[in-house]
Amino acid sequence: MKKLIIHHDRIDDPEKWVEICPFGALEVVDGKLEINAACKMCSICIKQGPKGAFESVETDISAVAKEEWKGVAVYVDHLEGNIHPVTYELLGKAGELARKLDHPVYALFSGSGIIRNAEKLRYYGADEIIVYDHPALEYFRIEPYAAVFEDFIIKRKPAIVLAGGTTVGRSLAPRVAARFRTGLTADCTLLEVRENTDLDQIRPAYGGNIMAHIHTPNHRPQFATVRYKIFPTPERRKEPSGTITRMQPAEERLKSRIDVREIRKKEQQMNLEDAEIIVVAGRGVKKKEDLLLIRTLAAALGGQTAATRPLIENGWADPRNQIGLSGRTVKPKMIITCGVSGSIQFVAGMQNSDYIIAINTDENAPIMKVAHLGLAGDLYEIIPRLLAKMTADPS
Amino acid sequence: MELMVCIKQVPGTSEVDIDEKTGVLKREGIDSKMNPYDLYALETAFRIREERGGTVKVISMGPPQAAAVLFESFMMGADDGILLTDRRFAGADVLATAYTLAQGIEKAGVPDIIVCGKQTTDGDTAQVGPEIAEFLDIPHVTNIRRIVAAEEKTVIVEMDMAETVEIMSVRYPCLISVEKNIYTPRLPSYKRKLEIGDREIIRLSLDDFSDRNELHYGLNGSPTQVLKVFPPAPNTDHDLVRGDSGHLAAYLFERLVERKFIRKDPV
Ligand SMILES: Cc1cc2nc3c(=O)[nH]c(=O)nc-3n(C[C@H](O)[C@H](O)[C@H](O)COP(=O)(O)OP(=O)(O)OC[C@H]3O[C@@H](n4cnc5c(N)ncnc54)[C@H](O)[C@@H]3O)c2cc1C
Repeated sequence: MKKLIIHHDRIDDPEKWVEICPFGALEVVDGKLEINAACKMCSICIKQGPKGAFESVETDISAVAKEEWKGVAVYVDHLEGNIHPVTYELLGKAGELARKLDHPVYALFSGSGIIRNAEKLRYYGADEIIVYDHPALEYFRIEPYAAVFEDFIIKRKPAIVLAGGTTVGRSLAPRVAARFRTGLTADCTLLEVRENTDLDQIRPAYGGNIMAHIHTPNHRPQFATVRYKIFPTPERRKEPSGTITRMQPAEERLKSRIDVREIRKKEQQMNLEDAEIIVVAGRGVKKKEDLLLIRTLAAALGGQTAATRPLIENGWADPRNQIGLSGRTVKPKMIITCGVSGSIQFVAGMQNSDYIIAINTDENAPIMKVAHLGLAGDLYEIIPRLLAKMTADPS
Repeated sequence: MELMVCIKQVPGTSEVDIDEKTGVLKREGIDSKMNPYDLYALETAFRIREERGGTVKVISMGPPQAAAVLFESFMMGADDGILLTDRRFAGADVLATAYTLAQGIEKAGVPDIIVCGKQTTDGDTAQVGPEIAEFLDIPHVTNIRRIVAAEEKTVIVEMDMAETVEIMSVRYPCLISVEKNIYTPRLPSYKRKLEIGDREIIRLSLDDFSDRNELHYGLNGSPTQVLKVFPPAPNTDHDLVRGDSGHLAAYLFERLVERKFIRKDPV
């Protein structure tokens, strides 16, 4: 644990230093610099303040017995037993982390009437699939779901717990993390583990402009959530492995103050996340009607169309088709951006795509640094010529 | 009906830059505003108050200057404001923030409904609400896209799941976090500003809480620590092609064929 202390004797003009803190956490109280609640422990004051005036000191906190916590657990995200693919991505990552530590991989599967689907998880490297199958778990309600999660953690003591950044994962993981008074890092994009089981967690911060490297040195388990399509899907194995263990939850813990009255299926729509080919329209597309060009290209390639935020704000496209930090994260086999500058917020939602093509008149646009193939040209000229070649190609 | 809304002051812009050599954040000025997602939470609370009567309190943890967002919420229609401010809260991560807010809420009196915004724009991704609910031992529901009705003992809400919409009733006291666009937030009103006059906000520090152990707050109470911040890594493998449009289209066509995105039928 670290704590910032100020050596007032090394500061001659306190007012002068208030400005160095980008978070406004420095203020002058009774003629002395003080650190207020806005402090993010970014250490800028240590580096930029008067020499030796700010110091970070270790405070003595009793550490957990890390060796008692073993295993990497994955929360199985599902709807009525149908497993969300983010689960397989997480199992792949869990396997990687667990191998390094020689720890087991657990899959925690809770719901009602789901046992028949547990078998599927045996093809993705879980050593033990722990199933809580109970009618009280029919719908996702926070108390019973948190109760069985807690029960699982107490019984298996995993060092690391991974959950998908889905609606359920984002609600359940923090609830359980708080119950164990431990840390949770949301939307991680990179995870690595050290020999002492400390998890290095990297995630975008401040609107994706910077990346933060976070760790949880004195608490277990270490919780992390990861969005769908951040990690690759592991190959389904030929042979199943691992065991399935059924757990009996304690009845009295399954009570809920929430009643689910009705479930309505949303009209089935193609999820952008599932598209293999995506063509994106940016502000280089001048008029709403011109989107036809983008749609035609997408259709010719058998793909989906998407857009940047300004087009969504104009009402030109469905908000569900926005890619980026405040939209969807996609990882298609190919993505073609047309008239997209490549802002950090947009790129955050597509940089893991397998093959990135950018069409932009400005060869210095940031997207060109992200694209595998950058075409410095006008989308209004290139796309029609490409379409003509696709239909007229004599071969 | 007692309602409480958790609000936060965030940087006015997300245009932060980073010095690659020192790894230090560069941010122009320190202007700040209310987290935009919280406006929807406030509006939701006002609508429920209009239907059932009662009061809307706002609560925030932050530096003394965060009082500005409480005053802004007064101008929108909030009745009371509580600011949790203490230098011992500095450096709080999600857990310590949620714990501090839960302590403050307990001190102020747990209301029937606590309303949170979906997330904040400066980094916390929708975790604080569920953690507050855990500390208060009350049920929570996230991703709410509509309040169907606030009844005597329960609130009926519509939760937006990926493939379904679930309608559920949640018993009081409870915590809900609402989607952006659930209702259009009202604007701060000048007339109300005059009515408010010099309404006081309540300031609470660690000494006011039932748990006064310093180790549970701020950096000491934060299991997660930021080791460093750095700029995102750029992609290194790229090919930039220039030329006339005909050439570019032909080049693109060849690459698409090569990668089998366009199939050339055998002659
Ligand atoms: C907190 C926050 C979250 C955000 N989240 C998102 C998000 O999720 N998704 C998102 O997209 N944005 C998001 N933004 C907005 C983002 O910062 C950018 O403003 C946005 O992505 C820009 O969209 P654009 O590339 O379409 O437009 P511009 O930046 O205007 O770029 C247009 C590009 O088109 C090129 N061009 C013009 N004419 C032609 C032509 N004829 N042929 C070829 N190229 C042409 C130009 O050279 C230019 O590079 C967010 C911003 C903030 C602050």
